[in-house]
Amino acid sequence: MPDLLIELFSEEIPARMQARAREDLRRLVTDGLVEAGLTYASAGAFSTPRRLVLSVEGLTGESRPVREERKGPSVSAPAQAVEGFLRSTGLTPEQLERRADKKGETFYAVVEKPGRQASEIVAEVLEAVIRTFPWPKSMRWGSGTLRWVRPLQSIVCLLSDETGAHVVPLTVDGIVAGNVTEGHRFMGNGRFVVNGFDDYAVKLKRAKVVLDSAEREAAIWQGAQNLAFASGMEVVADPGLLAEVAGLVEWPVPLMGRIGEAFLSLPPEVLQTSMKEHQKFFSVRNPKTGRIEGFVTVANIEAADGGEVILKGNQKVLAARLSDAKFFWENDLRVAKAGMGEWVEGLKSVTFQAKLGSQAERIERIAALAREIAPLVGADADDTERAARIAKLDLRSAMVGEFPELQGVMGRYYALEAGEKASIADAARDHWRPKGESDSVPTEPVSVAVALADKIDTLAGFWAIDEKPTGSKDPYALRRAALGVIRLVLGNGVRSSLVVLFDGHLNRVLAEAAERHAAEARKHGGDYASATGTALTESDGRMVSTNAVDLLSFFHDRLKVYLKDQGIRHDIIDACLAMPGNDDLTLLVKRAEALAAVMKTEDGANLIQGYKRAANILSQAEAKDGVEYSFGADPKFAETDEERALFAALDQAEAAIAPAMAQEDFGTAMAAMAALRAPIDAFFTTVQVNSDNAIVRRNRLNLLHRIRAICSGVADLTRIEG
Amino acid sequence: MSDAPSTPRSFQEIILRLQSYWAAQGCAVLQPYDMEVGAGTFHPATTLRSLGTKPWAAAYVQPSRRPTDGRYGENPNRLQHYYQYQVIIKPSPPDLQALYLGSLQAIGIDLGLHDIRFVEDDWESPTLGAWGLGWEVWCDGMEVSQFTYFQQVGGHDCKPVSGELTYGLERLAMYVMGIDHVMDMPFNDPASPIPLKYGDIFRQSEEEYSRHNFDGADTEMLFRHFEAAEKECARLLAFEPEDPKSGKRIIMAHPAYDQTIKASHLFNLLDARGVISVTERQAYIGRVRALAKQCADAFRQTEAGADQ
Repeated sequence: MPDLLIELFSEEIPARMQARAREDLRRLVTDGLVEAGLTYASAGAFSTPRRLVLSVEGLTGESRPVREERKGPSVSAPAQAVEGFLRSTGLTPEQLERRADKKGETFYAVVEKPGRQASEIVAEVLEAVIRTFPWPKSMRWGSGTLRWVRPLQSIVCLLSDETGAHVVPLTVDGIVAGNVTEGHRFMGNGRFVVNGFDDYAVKLKRAKVVLDSAEREAAIWQGAQNLAFASGMEVVADPGLLAEVAGLVEWPVPLMGRIGEAFLSLPPEVLQTSMKEHQKFFSVRNPKTGRIEGFVTVANIEAADGGEVILKGNQKVLAARLSDAKFFWENDLRVAKAGMGEWVEGLKSVTFQAKLGSQAERIERIAALAREIAPLVGADADDTERAARIAKLDLRSAMVGEFPELQGVMGRYYALEAGEKASIADAARDHWRPKGESDSVPTEPVSVAVALADKIDTLAGFWAIDEKPTGSKDPYALRRAALGVIRLVLGNGVRSSLVVLFDGHLNRVLAEAAERHAAEARKHGGDYASATGTALTESDGRMVSTNAVDLLSFFHDRLKVYLKDQGIRHDIIDACLAMPGNDDLTLLVKRAEALAAVMKTEDGANLIQGYKRAANILSQAEAKDGVEYSFGADPKFAETDEERALFAALDQAEAAIAPAMAQEDFGTAMAAMAALRAPIDAFFTTVQVNSDNAIVRRNRLNLLHRIRAICSGVADLTRIEG
Repeated sequence: MSDAPSTPRSFQEIILRLQSYWAAQGCAVLQPYDMEVGAGTFHPATTLRSLGTKPWAAAYVQPSRRPTDGRYGENPNRLQHYYQYQVIIKPSPPDLQALYLGSLQAIGIDLGLHDIRFVEDDWESPTLGAWGLGWEVWCDGMEVSQFTYFQQVGGHDCKPVSGELTYGLERLAMYVMGIDHVMDMPFNDPASPIPLKYGDIFRQSEEEYSRHNFDGADTEMLFRHFEAAEKECARLLAFEPEDPKSGKRIIMAHPAYDQTIKASHLFNLLDARGVISVTERQAYIGRVRALAKQCADAFRQTEAGADQ
């Protein structure tokens, strides 16, 4: 059972690509080996900035021979058919076998594929993997045609067994596989021969390379913590940064430095972001002051002077970076303390989108909408409008210009400096949220109102200019905006008619766009023809623009995806979407949750069957008779006990459902409906609805109508599948 | 690495050491291009010569202008006029990284004391229609060079691929010599009879150009010149290749490319003057790219740019 060692040695691989690449190497090579008929015991993949490595243990030495048999045409078949069979099998006429069967003689092709040596298969598989490797971005170099993430310099490909290590004969674009590699770029001691994975790992470590990224991560984290601990400090955990830094070094050497006194007054987010984004430094906090006061940088070399020069250099670069940040911060504070007027002015000249005007115009729209939304979420209208007006001013600040990821965080600092209320300043930070699926939603009413207005304005704006997402194209992240609205509404139990908000805001956007257009036309001395009217559609008894309804259905699609992730079936959602008030998402989801819960009970699932049967019989009869059986059924025409029991059950259910519905207590209402399941089943088992007696028949149809009416309060149950 | 050369004493010594190092590696040491460019890449020795199959190896200093980076000579690191050192080799040699590290040693960086890192950085020039993959090279956390394998220039695939090295000379020199403010950096040897610092030579012109770039330049004229350069580029490329006077086939790729360089610089000035809106910006970049692409197309029809 030989072991296989593969090393693909290249110039520096981007850190962010290494984890995926080593996994791809493992999967593609082992899949290829198995496909070719080999088996193996275990496989492990590793990466450093300069190498991708795969170790496969317990590989079979050769693939099993394979015998394939194919039945062909009859011996008496036309020549054409035989020729076709020969082509498809690649055999000559002499190689075909003739076998007798009931109908005479038939041609058979028997192909024996002998077992192949592992080395032959490995060479084939590895070459194919190298040539088709799924790098996110790859390149050519020199005069070659091979693509790799950065120039591929050498390949180790070794099969080792008890007879020794054997280089697998393989040449890819002029690179001949061998058994030689090299260690650390600066601390290694030239090239060396390896004879298997264990030997390789040991020699690499001697040549100052830690092969396993997990081991490097652990060493960095441990080293950083030790350094910080020694001076009574603590490292701020950052797993993403840790993984990245581990992908930048082959021999990690953490070094700790202090941040200059002059910079300690900067907000911690600024220090952390600047150090992480620009320098890949870990932040070090002083637990006594709670401030970020130091950093850990990770060098790739054990320097002769213990890292003194390296640390000094890094400190100097950091000082230059933080000087910039401090300059931005101080400039921004000056503007903030003066009331941020400079930024208000500035946003007038920043285009949000050519057809949707400037950021300043957008802020005006958001302020108007936020004011409308404020009472719906229990926020003070004036505070909300104010918050909307200041929430995006930090986009003009120098700091956010440098670090876009600090938008909002800086807005809050600046709003406080400008003397705004805490709830207004918080909205500057939180109205951007939720920023992603893992981010929580704001709950403070002013923040909720501005967050909703911000996202709805984005959506209505792009809907107004017909820039809707199509297929995989969603350049303005509108799906994420809609999901944000959905999560804000549901998370805060907001009750409102979205379509009314959409309609009003679409009109606002369009009116503004028309005004801008007209002003533009006047400026150029041209005539301006006013916009044509907006198409209207009925939605829930209201006339609103077709576009608002379209936007609502986009929301419904997003909601379906969202609820499906929460485990609610699509037909349950459809059944609730069919109800009035479906643009009130909180109400809609209450319905869906109640229905989903009852569907999990046996009564609930069976109720649907009974209900559908009732509804089917009824609608057939109504269609046939041309009348609606809504006259009210009379228990005195009931002929059987089951019929009478159903009357009683319906009375009881109605008495329970009406108050529950009034309270929007859909759970209780659904439970009362589910209780009807037994009487309905008993009724259908014993009673013939289409009785010969016309009065009895009519009464029974009216009874079915009552079932349908009682059971259709929460959702349209006919839409439930199964 | 005790055999590392001593620390250079002046800005020009760093340039001279780079020149002799790359000359020793076989590069043709060229002189700067005699036009205003934003970066060493714009030199036809890089842009045009990275096209076609003819082998090429050149190194040169290129004075570069970034009008928006003007800080009136006050910022320790920012200048609207600065120097880049550029190396371009086609096809990229297999040991280009090692050659590059050798150049760092040549200017006094001890590789046993410093932390040199190759950090992912994909290079793209939207105005040149060019891109490549490579790294920014860090020395103790500071970016000291750009290292790029050209994949496309002027919309043409680079076959073979050129390796390009760009050193930001002031920043690198300041780091090597331990200088905090660029204007304090010795330009010639401090022991010279007339010692000159960077500031003695450039402080005044940085002030003048900062004012010019942000407030002085006549934007109406710049717009006009941009249009003119754009037209001239197309006009020069529209000539029949056969030159009636010399009887030779002469495509005016270089003169046309000069107009592209002009248009690019004029656009940078207009940008600094703040008269190009965000949306217009893309359109202007697209117009310069169109010129660069036409010049690349034309150069590929010439002897120096053809496939052999």
